[in-house]
This record gives sequence, C-alpha cells and structure tokens, in this order.
Amino acid sequence: MTARLVGQVVEEVFRREAGRVLATLIRLLGDFDLAEEARQDAFTAAVEQWAAAGVPANPCAWLIKTGHNKAVDRIRRDAVFRTKVQGREIASAEADAVAVLEDADDTTFGDDRLRLIFTCCHPALGAEAHVALTLREVCGLTTQAVARAFLVSEETMAQRLVRAKKKIRDAGIPYETPEPPLLNQRIHGVLAVVYGVFTEGYAVTAGTRLVDAELCGEAIRLGRLLDELLPINPAVLGLLALMLLHDARRPARVSQDGDVILLEDQDRTLCNQAKIAEGLALVDRALSVAGQVSPYAVQAAIAALHVRARKKEDTDWPQIVGLYEVLLRLQPSPVIELNHAVAVSMVDGAARALDLVDSLAARGQVSEYHLLHAARGRFLQQLGRPIEAREAYRSALGFATLEPERRLLRWRIASLEGLTTGV
Amino acid sequence: MQYLLLIYANEAEMAGRSPAAMASMMAEYTEFTKGIVQGGQFKAGDRLKPTSAATTVRVRNGQAATTDGPFAETREQLGGYYLVEAKNLDEAIAIAARIPSAKIGSIEVRPIWPPQT
Repeated sequence: MTARLVGQVVEEVFRREAGRVLATLIRLLGDFDLAEEARQDAFTAAVEQWAAAGVPANPCAWLIKTGHNKAVDRIRRDAVFRTKVQGREIASAEADAVAVLEDADDTTFGDDRLRLIFTCCHPALGAEAHVALTLREVCGLTTQAVARAFLVSEETMAQRLVRAKKKIRDAGIPYETPEPPLLNQRIHGVLAVVYGVFTEGYAVTAGTRLVDAELCGEAIRLGRLLDELLPINPAVLGLLALMLLHDARRPARVSQDGDVILLEDQDRTLCNQAKIAEGLALVDRALSVAGQVSPYAVQAAIAALHVRARKKEDTDWPQIVGLYEVLLRLQPSPVIELNHAVAVSMVDGAARALDLVDSLAARGQVSEYHLLHAARGRFLQQLGRPIEAREAYRSALGFATLEPERRLLRWRIASLEGLTTGV
Repeated sequence: MQYLLLIYANEAEMAGRSPAAMASMMAEYTEFTKGIVQGGQFKAGDRLKPTSAATTVRVRNGQAATTDGPFAETREQLGGYYLVEAKNLDEAIAIAARIPSAKIGSIEVRPIWPPQT
C-alpha cells in the first residue's frame, strides 16, 4: 500500500473509530489525558505499520491494544505518568486488557462510549463542566472550538477541563454506566446537557449571531449516539425528534441580514425536508412507547404540528394548546406557560391570552424574561391598546440581549409611534 | 477509597424538635450505623457536641489565640461525621444519602488522601 493510501485509510478509520478508541482506552487506563496520548500514539503507529502489514481485520481492537501497550511503556518509564495511575497494579491491568480485547466488538465499544457520556455528565461535576467535557471528550471538539462556542478564552476553557478531570480523579468518580434504577434518573441529566448544547447553538446568549449551526449539529450527533446506545428510550427519541424538527427550520429562521423571522412569517419551503421526515418518524416512535410520556416527546409533537402546516393558516392550534396542557402537567414551568398562552391567543383570542400572561407575571418568577413582555406587547397590540403595547415592548427591550431580537423589538416600538403620537 | 462524610444541619432547628422526633431520629441513626457496620463500610463515626461547646485555636506569629465558638458562623453547623470505605464516589454518595440528617441538612462527601507510600 502506498503511503498516501495508508494515510487515507487511517484518516477514514479515525473519523469512524476515534471516539470508541478513546472511550475504551479511558476505561483501561483510568485517565483521560493518558488515554488521549495513547490514542495519538496508536494512530501514529497505524500510519507507520499498516503500509507493510496491511489493515488489521479489527482496526479498533488493534488501535486500542497498541495504544494501551504504548501507555504502559510510558508509565513504566515516566514517574510523572506513574503517579497519575494512582498505584494501580499495572501487571493485572495488562492481563485484563488483553483478555477483553480478544472479544471486543460493537457492544464493548458501545458500552464504553456510554460510560464516557455518563462520566462526563456526572452530577458531582458542575453544569459548565458537563458541557465542556462532553464536547471535548465525547464529540472530540478541540479545546479552542469549545471555548469559542461558549465565548470564553481558550485558557479559561482549558482550566475548566483540567479542573473537571482533576475532580474525577480526586473524588473517585467511577467510569461506569449507572445500573437501571439509577440510570433512568441520570439519563435526564445527560439529556439536559445535550439539549443545553443544542439550545446554546440555537440562540447564542449574548451576541450578534442567532444560531450556531455547529453546536446544533454536535447535539444532534450526541442524540443519535444515545439512541444507538439506549434504544427505544422515549426521552432519547423525543429529544432527538425535537432537535431535528427545530434544526430543520434553521434556514428559515434568520434573514440574509441576520434578522429574526418569526415562526408565522418563516418560509416553510426553506426547511430541511429530510430532517423533518426523520423528526416526524421519531415523534411517532417516542409517543408509542408504553409507559410515562416524556416531556421531550410532547415538545417534539408540538414542533411536529408547526412543521406539518404548509402555511401558517393551516397550523392546528387547538391541538397545540392541548399538548401544552399535557406538558404543563408533566413539567410545569413559566416558559411553557408563556408558550401555552401564545397558543391560546390563536384559539381563544388575545384577551384570554393576556389574562393568562398577566397571572403568570403576577407570580413574579419571570419578570425579567424579555419574551414575556414581548408577548404582552403583542396581545395588547391585537386588542387595540397601543400605548400599553409600546410600554410592554420597551420592557422587553430592557431585558433582551440578542441583537437580532432587540432590532425586532425596536422596529415594533417604532411601528407603534404613529398610533401613539401626542401621548 | 476512604471518604469523610460531614453532617451539617441547622442546630437551632434540631434543638427545637419534639422529644418524639428526636427519639425517632436517634433510632434511624442506630439502624443506619448498624447497616454500614455490617456492610463493612464503617470505619469511624461520632456525634459532636453543639457549636456552643466549640473552641477555635489559631497560632499566628508564635502566639496561640483561643476564641469561643466554631471557626466560622454558618447557616448549618457540623454535627457529626462518618469515616467510610467505599469503592468509588457513587457508593459514598449512596451511603451519604441514607444518613438520617440528609433529609433536613447537608452531607459533605470529602475524599481522603491515600497514605503516602
């Protein structure tokens, strides 16, 4: 095989297997950094050896065995690395590793990837650490890319990762997938991390971009991986459906100039039909699993109803209202209440919706949520109360941080000027 | 791995409980301790006298200064501890969650440095 061909093969193997190789090496070596070095060494060795010896039948197993051997050599030679392995018996570790690798198959590697995800999302680590570790270790993003996604310096992100890995070592966080009763609890933490990555990409919190496609893509990839590793899990199916249906609308959400386009004004023909089809199929599967309905699945069903409407006039608002009511019973939250009120306005009119929003505002939990004030503004405008509407939009502007949303609010306020002159 | 489980609760609230509630909690503690002794996880454990009985010592510039009370005023106060042997953090957390005071206070789970070899 020529050097160039070997290079291409190794690159292809890297694309497919780098994640699994890392996950298993972390289990065998008990250390993230050691495992990453070992993986690097293994792929380098592959480039050197596969030209002459040919590509092995099970490249993944070859890479893991090679990486593990190199790491053990390194541990023996280097005192610094030895202390990292915290007094583990190297001899017994080696024997275990070889025995396991002989039978290594998709299940083994899949189990290790699941262990990695659960470890990165362990409750003993903070929320920031969950996302940073998951993006870095599971998704394979560089530290620089993760830093960029969260608008912090590379050094800050590097420190965050170092601290998290140190906590895992010092506190003895196990590299395990929790057993079934605990698994169901812990999976919600994992899904919250995945959804957090997606929503961060969907609406970057303080800046000029409205959407970061790369983060959305990573979140969807994580969702697919979880579906592969934990099949027929309604929460996983529901979340994946939800993300695909939202992501499908991405091209329609933002104008050429980076302005917000509201759902009702979005050009549906710009939506990604393949993602919609996949999302709709997943919603059906999520809702057909026996047992308690997952809130993610309900949210996905709502997204599905929006996406099914060819034109905004075709939207099945009464069903959407019903679904929001189911969601509120499962997972009461002020944001969902607000979305429910907006849906109610489409069925019962602005007056009824305004009552709901005012009662929500009176409870005081979301007084600083710009969308609450924006919704009040919309309803007041529809009810022909422009002065109050303008006040509400002004409050919304006071709390909105995204520039495209601020532009929209300023435009709304300006459009009311004609109706409120002399006041 | 060994972990120190530090039991924090609001002393005033604890002191204000009825004798029946106190007795019930004591019984739960006895039950819990027996469980981890039988399970081989128990290494040590004690109930501490309240912070009103505490004294704090600091030595600065060769001078020992002794003050009345705990090292700092906190909303919850240290009331007891268990030293346990656990396979990993998850096992230590599971033990901590069963400590009776966990329902009303906070249990800090602190790993212990292994002995220097």
